[in-house]
Amino acid sequence: MKSYPLPYTEFVKRMKSGGLTGLKCLDCSGYIIPPNAVCPECGSSHLETHSFSKNGTLRTFTVIRVGPTGFQVPYVVALAELAEGPWVMGNVVDIDPAKADMAIIGKTVSIGYRLVPNEGGEGPDEGLAFTFAIQE
Amino acid sequence: MREVIVLGAGMTPFGNSDQSQKEMFARAAIEAAEDARVEAKDLQALFIGNVLGGFEEGQINIAPFLAAEIGMPLTAPSARFESACASATVAIRHGVLMVASGVYDLVLVGGTERTTIMGTPLATRTFAMGSHSEYERFSGITFPGVFAMAAHLYAHKYDIPLDRLKRSMARVAVKNHHNGTMNPLAHFRKEISVETVLEGPMIADPLQLYDCCPFSDGAAALVIGAADKFKGHASKPISVAGVGQGSAGAVYAHRDITRVKAREASIKEAYRQAGIGPADVDVCELHDCFTIAEILAIEGLGFFEFGQGSDAVDRGDTALEGSIPINPSGGLKAKGHPIGATGAAQTYEIVKQLRGECGERQVDGAKIGVVDTLGGDFSTVCNLVLRRN
Repeated sequence: MKSYPLPYTEFVKRMKSGGLTGLKCLDCSGYIIPPNAVCPECGSSHLETHSFSKNGTLRTFTVIRVGPTGFQVPYVVALAELAEGPWVMGNVVDIDPAKADMAIIGKTVSIGYRLVPNEGGEGPDEGLAFTFAIQE
Repeated sequence: MREVIVLGAGMTPFGNSDQSQKEMFARAAIEAAEDARVEAKDLQALFIGNVLGGFEEGQINIAPFLAAEIGMPLTAPSARFESACASATVAIRHGVLMVASGVYDLVLVGGTERTTIMGTPLATRTFAMGSHSEYERFSGITFPGVFAMAAHLYAHKYDIPLDRLKRSMARVAVKNHHNGTMNPLAHFRKEISVETVLEGPMIADPLQLYDCCPFSDGAAALVIGAADKFKGHASKPISVAGVGQGSAGAVYAHRDITRVKAREASIKEAYRQAGIGPADVDVCELHDCFTIAEILAIEGLGFFEFGQGSDAVDRGDTALEGSIPINPSGGLKAKGHPIGATGAAQTYEIVKQLRGECGERQVDGAKIGVVDTLGGDFSTVCNLVLRRN
């Protein structure tokens, strides 16, 4: 590995230009998102950037009622499995948290992102969160 | 590798303390040294778990302060270990390996933490620092939130109606609170009912307040040493028969979070070293930071099949008089959870259980005990297998 394959700042830049870019392993053909230094499946560092489909399936969720400083509760956090295989954590948007129940597990979602101001926390001034919009 | 024994154990009451982390640790450490019948000047190293001392008291590099506090010699190295809630167990394992490999003969290990001074907003923010700081944190995920997602996934995966799973989870809390009533050092010492749990405020669906362990203050310490040098010295030596530690990455990288991969790797190694299997274990202190966490752990440690943990709880298999008593101390749930001290307190309980010193919460005839401590969002698990000779 000459340099980190897809650094966070580059990942965010590509999301802002409308893409969902991750990595593909040239050795085992596995898909990797968010980026990792090597393929989590086979350890290979022969990786290339890959454009992901933005389609996924909601696998589990919670409604946060007591949140960290700077987050307005309630809101929904979930894990979605992308069509390519990897799972990502994000927020289910366009849903009333009061109506988030077990029935949303298994729903098809479209993957997006939102920028979140980092209010009083450590690290950069803003961060990125994936968003999941349930497709009816 | 040399055989390592626990010579002495000490622990403060858990709960809300007005004492500093150094003061609490000093009490636990001196109790452990007295129990071991050794002098602080004879301790050759200190390995300590402490997670958020910088946020709690503005204190970093706490280990040498603790060593000086109890009169350890200048020649004794001391270091803080940070592996979130598993910090103390990781520190203990490190000390065990140092003694086993012959570097030291006598070592002090333990943990100290004063979480309550932070208040809930800062505590919630700092506890969430166990999530991936770039790709998870800004979703607003919390520590309960991660386990809440595990609970929903568990119900879905094993096709258990959520209401039924929640009642099983509530029974974990009822059992651990019951055990806590018999532990004079526990944070909570009151009985609760399934209804108490199900009527509590929602924290992260489906986890309600009584599904969650408290933030606590406290410290615990153990003196460990080489068996060939100290076996006759300790009145009731307890052997460290096996240790394990596993490392995994972010929550998203786990995918199916009903299976804690770091635990499965860690306990396999600890059992292998001890030459035992889960059926040989008499008593276990495991990481019940949330009620669902205990169900995942009794499966991951091999006591029950995957997907069968909630039924085992319903049958009472994990109660004091059950087939595998889990968390006789009251667990994190009732004994309390001073994060950097938790693993040392779990080890303290197993040592006392194997010595037969636990009074009305004693597991009859316990000879082999397991410690299970989870750090962060499934990313670190550290296990110890202890045995009475």
